[in-house]
Amino acid sequence: MKVIIMGCGRVGAQLATLLDREGHSVTTLDNDAYSFRRLPPDFKGEALLGNGLDEEALKKAGIEEADAFVAVTQGDNRNVMAAQIAKHIFNVPKVVCRIYDPLRRDLYSLLGLETISPTTVFAQLLKEKLEG
Amino acid sequence: MYIIVIGGGRLGYYLTRALLDEGHEVLLIEKSAPICQAITGEMGSVCLRGDGCETTTLAEAGTGRADMLIAVTGDDEDNLVACQVAKYKFKVPRTIARIRNPKNETIFKKLGIDVTVSSTSIILEHIEHEVPSHPLMHLLTIREKGLEIVDIKIPPGSTNIGKTIKQLSLPAESILSLIIRQERKPTVPKADTILQAGDQVIAITPPESEDALRSALIGD
Repeated sequence: MKVIIMGCGRVGAQLATLLDREGHSVTTLDNDAYSFRRLPPDFKGEALLGNGLDEEALKKAGIEEADAFVAVTQGDNRNVMAAQIAKHIFNVPKVVCRIYDPLRRDLYSLLGLETISPTTVFAQLLKEKLEG
Repeated sequence: MYIIVIGGGRLGYYLTRALLDEGHEVLLIEKSAPICQAITGEMGSVCLRGDGCETTTLAEAGTGRADMLIAVTGDDEDNLVACQVAKYKFKVPRTIARIRNPKNETIFKKLGIDVTVSSTSIILEHIEHEVPSHPLMHLLTIREKGLEIVDIKIPPGSTNIGKTIKQLSLPAESILSLIIRQERKPTVPKADTILQAGDQVIAITPPESEDALRSALIGD
């Protein structure tokens, strides 16, 4: 499958690496070229410099043929906006985004976005560790 | 009316003052404590410190009873989220977002924002007015009806000079409403009106027929 990952931070780069190793076609998009240092030397996918909120940059990344889009930049609002563009403008079949703020996450999952709040997930994990 | 303004930058500041002067109940939400303090010092308690994209801040601001929310921070994505939270969580009837990137206008519309204001487009439009050689100027957009009013000048040397209006192949959906030939003398164009060099034609057209209208009027 063809996947676009917006944001090449720790999570974005790790996900890109995993999918690339499984043979998927991966394009990572980041507005800071320095972020691409996190990709391994044998990364076969594409690393594209650009703003994921810009339609032109998204088209260049191949969003019109993408099977999946993942938004994992540091900004909740950037992720939310990019995910909505991917879902509602480009009709990408699978769209997932990260929203740190649990309340904002609740609202956008009600509005039909597939979202993950690391805050909630991680707090839960920690709690289980403490109890275990 | 109870109006919430998000973002206490220059635009948010002057907007809040103007709305207060008009007698509205206004609350400005601003992230930065020093800016918030300065505004409170000057205008009284009209500023709430907080993130206008957060549900808790908006709940504290009484967004549920707001008639309008206007998001004017410098970031398009923040304005989008503030408006969407207001609209879908607090059922605010009217949301207005400032946009920096004019291309975001259609995206925001599609995502449920009622009105977008693009300072970039407004400035471009004004500059367009100041460039005299530009053959077509936008005078007004009637967005809800999908029409715009434009001003087209017939350049000297146009092949249409001396032709009557009915000889032109104008797009069917565009209407010529006025011709201004001399200062202070507008006339209503008729089928047999003859075009002259320097004529200023005021027309009403859907935006998609704008190019066809311009080339039909200007000729070669």
